[in-house]
Parts: sequence; C-alpha cells; structure tokens
Amino acid sequence: MMLLDVKNLKTYFYSKRGVLRAVDNVSIGVDRREFISIVGESGCGKSTLAYSIIRLVDTPGKIVDGKIVFDGRDLVKLSEEEMRRLRGKEIGMVFQDPMTSLDPLEKIGDQIVETIIEHERVDKKEAWEKASILLEKVGLPGDRVNYYPHQLSGGQRQRVMIALAVSLNPKLLIADEPTTALDVIVQEKIMDLLEDMKKEDRAIILITHDFALAADRSDKIAVMYAGWLIEFGKANKLANEPLHPYSEGLIGSVPDVWEDRDIKPMLGFLPDLIDPPKGCRFKPRCPKAMDVCDKEPPTFSVDGRVVKCWLYGENNG
Amino acid sequence: MAEVIEVKNLKKYFPVQKSVIEVLLSKKIEYIRAVDDVSFKMEKGEVLSLVGESGCGKTTTGRILVGLEEPTDGKIVFKGKDVTKLSKEEFRKIRKHLQMIFQDPYASLNPKMKIGEHLEDPLLIHNIAENREAKELALQMLERVGLVPAEQFYNRLPYQLSGGQRQRVAIARAMILKPEFVVADEPVSMIDVSLRASILDLLMSFKAEYSLSMLFITHDLSVARLVGDRIAVMYLGKIVEIGETRKVIHHPKHPYTAALLSAVPSFLKREINIEIIGDVANPREPPSGCRYHPRCPFAKEICSKEEPKLEGKGHLVACHFPLDLDL
Repeated sequence: MMLLDVKNLKTYFYSKRGVLRAVDNVSIGVDRREFISIVGESGCGKSTLAYSIIRLVDTPGKIVDGKIVFDGRDLVKLSEEEMRRLRGKEIGMVFQDPMTSLDPLEKIGDQIVETIIEHERVDKKEAWEKASILLEKVGLPGDRVNYYPHQLSGGQRQRVMIALAVSLNPKLLIADEPTTALDVIVQEKIMDLLEDMKKEDRAIILITHDFALAADRSDKIAVMYAGWLIEFGKANKLANEPLHPYSEGLIGSVPDVWEDRDIKPMLGFLPDLIDPPKGCRFKPRCPKAMDVCDKEPPTFSVDGRVVKCWLYGENNG
Repeated sequence: MAEVIEVKNLKKYFPVQKSVIEVLLSKKIEYIRAVDDVSFKMEKGEVLSLVGESGCGKTTTGRILVGLEEPTDGKIVFKGKDVTKLSKEEFRKIRKHLQMIFQDPYASLNPKMKIGEHLEDPLLIHNIAENREAKELALQMLERVGLVPAEQFYNRLPYQLSGGQRQRVAIARAMILKPEFVVADEPVSMIDVSLRASILDLLMSFKAEYSLSMLFITHDLSVARLVGDRIAVMYLGKIVEIGETRKVIHHPKHPYTAALLSAVPSFLKREINIEIIGDVANPREPPSGCRYHPRCPFAKEICSKEEPKLEGKGHLVACHFPLDLDL
C-alpha cells in the first residue's frame, strides 16, 4: 500500500469572478521512503496541492472532491481536531520563509519544546534535551536552543524549521520551496539534510520551480500545469526524455552550468484558471498541438510514466 | 578590442551603525569592507558575469560602476576618463552611457508613472529628444521589447503589468539611451522560470545590437555560463578568480569556485564534490590572510597569514594552492 494516495483531488477557490480550479482532478501516489518533487511555474497549483494534503487550504479555497488516502485513512474525511493531531506528528511541513513561521519573540528551544509537549507525553526537561538533540541532527550546535530566530542566518533558520518538522518523527515531510531564498551552497546543505531525513524511513515531497534541482535530488518528478498533473514518473527519465511538450519546453528553457545549451523561451503565458482554454489547457502554448487537443486529454500510461497529452493516445501512439 | 571600462583597486567601506551608548563611549567606528580592492577591465561588447553569494559585494560593485554609490577609494576609468574625479556636471554628461537594470521589477518602476513616461523621461532629461519625438521613440522601444500593442502599454501603469513585463520596461528604459555600459543586477532571479529565457534573450539581443559591455550580476552559475564571455567570482569583497567562462567552469582554480560549482543543481550529474566548511564569516571581522581559509578544505599555515594576490595570465586566481581540475 502506498503511504500517500491522492485520488482525483479537486481544490477550487471561490472568488467574485468565478471558480478558480487550482488543483483539478489530480491523482498522485507517494511510496514510503520516496523523494518526490512537484515542479511547475508559480500559479500552477503545486503549493495548493501540498497545502491540500495537510488540509491547510484557506477560504475561499476548498477541497471539493477526491480522496487523500494517507497510511490507510482518507484525510478529506477527518475532522478538524483529528487533522490537527495528525499535522506535525504524521505529516511534517517546511515552509518557504522560516521567518514567517517561527515566532520572533520565542527562543528556538521553546518553539520545539512546545510542539513536542503538545503531542507527546514528556516533561519539559526531557523535551528540552530532545530539542537540542534535534538541532544537532540538523547540523546546528545544540546550544542554539537558547537563540532567538533573528540571531540565526537564513540557512540556519531553515534548519530549525526542518528540526521542528521532524520533531515528532512524521512519515511524510512536505517542503514548499525551502531553498528559494537561499544561496546555492546553503541550498546544497539543506537538500543534503532533506535526503538524510529520507533515510530515516520517511517520504519527502519537495515543491520547487527548479527543474534541475528536482532532477538532481528526487526519485520521481511530478510536473503540474494550470491545475493539472501533466506528467509523473522517474526523475532521471523524465528530466532526460520528457514526454509532455510542457515538460520539454520548461527543461529546454533553463540553462545548465555544465554544457552550452541553446535555450528556447516558452511561448505565451499561463492561462486564466477561472476561464481556462477548452480542451487541453496547454494547447495555446503548445508547439505540437493537434485538432484533437480541443478535447481534454485523458491520462495515458507510457512506459511506467503517466502523461496527460493526446500525443500518447492510442490513435497517435 | 577597445577597452570600455577599467576598475582599479576599488574599495567601498560602509561604517557600521553604532548605538548611542557606543557613541558616548567614543568607540572606534567599525567598517564593513563590502568591496575591498577589486580590479578588472572590460572590453567593448563583452559580458562579464559577476558571481558570488549574497553579501559578497557584487551588487555594491555594480552600483558604484554606474555612479549610484561613491567608492571609498579606487578608480573607475570609463573610456579613458576617471569618472570618480569628475564634477557632478561632467558626470551627468557621461551618465547616459552607464545604465543599470535592477533585480526587483516591482520596486524599480514608479507606481504613479505611466509606462510610456518611464521611457520618455530619460530622453527628456538628457536632451536627446523633445516631447513628440520622445513619445515616438518610447513607442518604438515598447515594440522592440515585445510590449505590444505599444500604444496600449504606453498608457498603462506598472501595477497592470506582470513581473516579466515590468522587467521588459526596465530593460527598455535602460536601453533607450543606447548606453555603452550596462550593469544588470540579477535581472531574472525574480522572474518566473518559464519567462527567464525570453528576458535573457532580449538582453542579449540588445548586447549584440549596441555592442554593449555588460556586467551581469548573478548568483546562478548556469546563467553566468549562458551569458558571460568571462566570469568573475567574488568572496567577501574580493575577486578570487576571473577568466574565460569555460576555463572558470571546467578548470576552476579557486577552491571556492569549485565548491560553488559542486553545489549548482544540474541535469547532468557531474561527480565533483569540493567541500566548503561552515558558514560565511562576519564581514566586520574578515579572516586574516586569505579570507576563505577557514572554509577551505585545502588550507595550510600560510593561508591564514598571507593574503594571496590575484595572479595569472588571462585566467587569474587569488590562492596559495590553486587547483588543477578538469571537469
């Protein structure tokens, strides 16, 4: 059984202008000890998908349909109270900007201790000891428990966030653009740390816009476009031979440090998700569009990969 | 090829702000040496990528070159003249040849000014065109940077534009004066991935058309490779390595350059793993000798005592024990 099995998930936002289909019929499975990256441009729905999994989508957003089966339970059906107990304990989350999720007026140690005491039956002293062990595990000196967030650098704060996220030993860790604001060298160390967290029998979901980073680090890559999951499969195969024209376009538009690449800009813009194009949402930007693309493509299975594109339909395969 | 700009021993020290108590106790003023003895030359039509982590002094260097910051010491020779010695009036005359494109297109445009006015203003200020002609040139430029229909974009306000479109306006504003030297400070780092290539393409097309010299500031070595004829690597206010792009990337000599290269995510897995120890030092108290030595896995005794000079032919490195790698 998969650790996480998202089935036909729909998360919509209800605005004055109409219904915005941020996550539209997405199905994705994550195995134990698997490192999955969800890649796409801003506005493609990748963060909404992540926030849906831990049920932290704010109004006007709402999960309208689908299942999120985690470790045998459908999270969509859980009560708010059950969900609150599950967050942190079974699914940990690391956010992009640690400064907005850490309390500036509280010592690092207090913040970790608070989380531990909330969920586990330990006294304060034990919890403090655990906090400094956790900090050492993420590569910070244990005495940093006595520091306030502003006394740490951006990279160190992100390490604290990871320590917090794994403090209750969750089976799944979701990281939403954890290194976007950091320098490459710090990014490398944070990514190493995420990989270490995977070795502890934990699955990782990384949300990123950086395709090269996803290719470098993950077992599988999921590519999202305009609320759809358009391709999902093994990372190195997907990065080297993308099937979907959008994946191909995105990979072809980024330079690589090790080779001279003739990068090609992508045409057009993301569609308006309140009034998306009929049929395939990528059609207006697609260099390979055909007549059939006026109909929404189903998700085809090709060689262990799933791809939502008519190019891989029976008539065209 | 003709030399366009030469930077000689450029320094910029920022005083560290003191508290009232420190002033009363008349403590000595501390300085952050943001740019500390930086020298390089650039030729006509050349793009130099200046790379390094945040806080290394790359943006300050760029700002000094276009006159947005005064250097503490050093010379900037632009087409044979030391611009640091010019009077305000004299500097204004050459100011139009030196332009800058900023990182944040949300902060670099005036929210109350029409897009068209952003482009006309520089023409009017430098007496290049009168009203009607300025409008004509602005419209042409909008078209040139792909903001069409130009008439419509001319009348819009910045908030009506996306990040990518704003950056096109910023580029248009810098290019409308046909400058000879442009500093581009992380021009794509805040732009969505799928649009970066088109912004870089646009910049490079201007570079070719005007034979521009460009200092391209970036933290991203893959972008540095794409646009730069040469790459300069900065660490704590100093250039530690500079040379032709391919040489610096495939044969890095400085351990810091090699560490940066091992950290860049790539589609092509290269097995290089040059370590970097700990975090960046406090710029108020830069380490003795080579500033990189506390983080360098190859450091020896001399490295903490003697500062290495930036030396070499074409491909220069400031290191007592330069690497010999073939990547």
